[in-house]
Amino acid sequence: MEVPRHWRLKKQRYALVGEVCPHCEAKIFPPRDVCPECGGEAKTAYAFSGKGEVYSFTRMGNAPAGFEEQAPYTVALIKLQEGPIVTAQLTDLGNQEVQIGMPVEMVTRKLRSDDGEKGILVYGYKFRPAMAA
Amino acid sequence: MEEHKHVKDIVNKPSRHVGIIGYGAYIPRYRLPGTEISRIWSGQATPGPVKEKAVAGLDEDVITMSIEAARNAVARAGIDPQLLRAVWVGSESHPYAVKPSGTIVAEAIGAPEHIQAGDWEFACKAGTEAFVAAMGLVGSSMADYALAIGMDTAQGKPGDALEYTAASGGAAFIIGPAEKALARVDAHYSFVTDMPDFWRRAHQKYPEHGQRFTGEPAYFNHIYSAASRLMESEGLTAEDFKYAVFHQPNEKFPRRVAKQLGFKPEQIEDGLLSPVIGNTYAGASMVGLTAILDIAAPGDRILITSYGSGAGSDAFIITAQEALLERRGAALSTQDYIARRTEIDYATYTRFRNKIAMK
Repeated sequence: MEVPRHWRLKKQRYALVGEVCPHCEAKIFPPRDVCPECGGEAKTAYAFSGKGEVYSFTRMGNAPAGFEEQAPYTVALIKLQEGPIVTAQLTDLGNQEVQIGMPVEMVTRKLRSDDGEKGILVYGYKFRPAMAA
Repeated sequence: MEEHKHVKDIVNKPSRHVGIIGYGAYIPRYRLPGTEISRIWSGQATPGPVKEKAVAGLDEDVITMSIEAARNAVARAGIDPQLLRAVWVGSESHPYAVKPSGTIVAEAIGAPEHIQAGDWEFACKAGTEAFVAAMGLVGSSMADYALAIGMDTAQGKPGDALEYTAASGGAAFIIGPAEKALARVDAHYSFVTDMPDFWRRAHQKYPEHGQRFTGEPAYFNHIYSAASRLMESEGLTAEDFKYAVFHQPNEKFPRRVAKQLGFKPEQIEDGLLSPVIGNTYAGASMVGLTAILDIAAPGDRILITSYGSGAGSDAFIITAQEALLERRGAALSTQDYIARRTEIDYATYTRFRNKIAMK
């Protein structure tokens, strides 16, 4: 059980809240308080739009512990509109084939349960094929 | 007839006029056709009471679906979610027995810390019950904006009649001052009795129901009483409405109660979604209302009446405003979600809905 960690990460996980650098305007995700572009202090919260495209992807047949019940699933590198690349599961694919460059949008989904049937439910971002025009 | 004399006094109209500031639907991607259920349980693929039902995916539950519907409602409202004073989720499938769904939804949509966030439960009218409470909170000026959600991943026992219809989906509504509304709530009336037509005891996975008892004394009596008394108190008849939407556990019941109340088929067609998404329980009448708001014109009068087993009905008279035309395009329409459709078979359904014992 990692309850304190889930609690600490909830803002970035639920709503893709990262940071914006006050010096060079770079958008930062995940938040790390130091700008990876200019090295300045960057603690200003910034909510990403959730729009992006598939940069690369792979299909997971053998899932790591805690994710077995979801296999097979697709994990992708998503290039966000604002710049950063995040790793996340793709969801709601239906019968749709995944392609590099495919437009996707963030949704908040159940990632897993921490400690089986009795543990807390962990929610966070995944991406689905973009529905909005 | 004696009691009708008092009806005017018990219709709810808050001292401050209220309305719908924003609304949003959510319907998951997957569809299970009725023929697929009958293939398994009756040996032949005969059509069920609805064509097909919407099924939540493996990673979806009432919390995740409420978050998306709420985000759509916030987008249409065009308000900062920090202005919300309540985030209320009505459902009979809250993921936790103890821990409010509303807290997680509020955090995800960026609501402030000074909110009410208790969960609501009243079978299929938990969402409209929250809607009434939101009217009270705003109508009393304790709040400017309150969010009320009706959402379910309805449980149906494998092989039971309810399995054909028990579906996933729902809608979110932000209630606020009438002058900023895209639809005004003119009046409300609720009708509640002690009615053992459908229930689920603690720790039971699936609900039980009173078979045919769920019709006449339950669904029909409560909806008819709530809707007819509200219309009568307001001096209105079915002809004064452009649209009507009723709780929709199947296709037959809402069609019949609409006829009893004097509505024509064309008045209920646009809000009758059960044939293609099933019965979304606490979401059912509310998601029907979103489909109507997606197409209504300013000045159109709408009657919505929910029904929750146990039992009760909440009836509302709503009038579309000019602002509806400007703001409804800010989020996906209900028909956008219905059009996003991937058919699944019964085996996939049992996996998605956690009906396979993994240990």
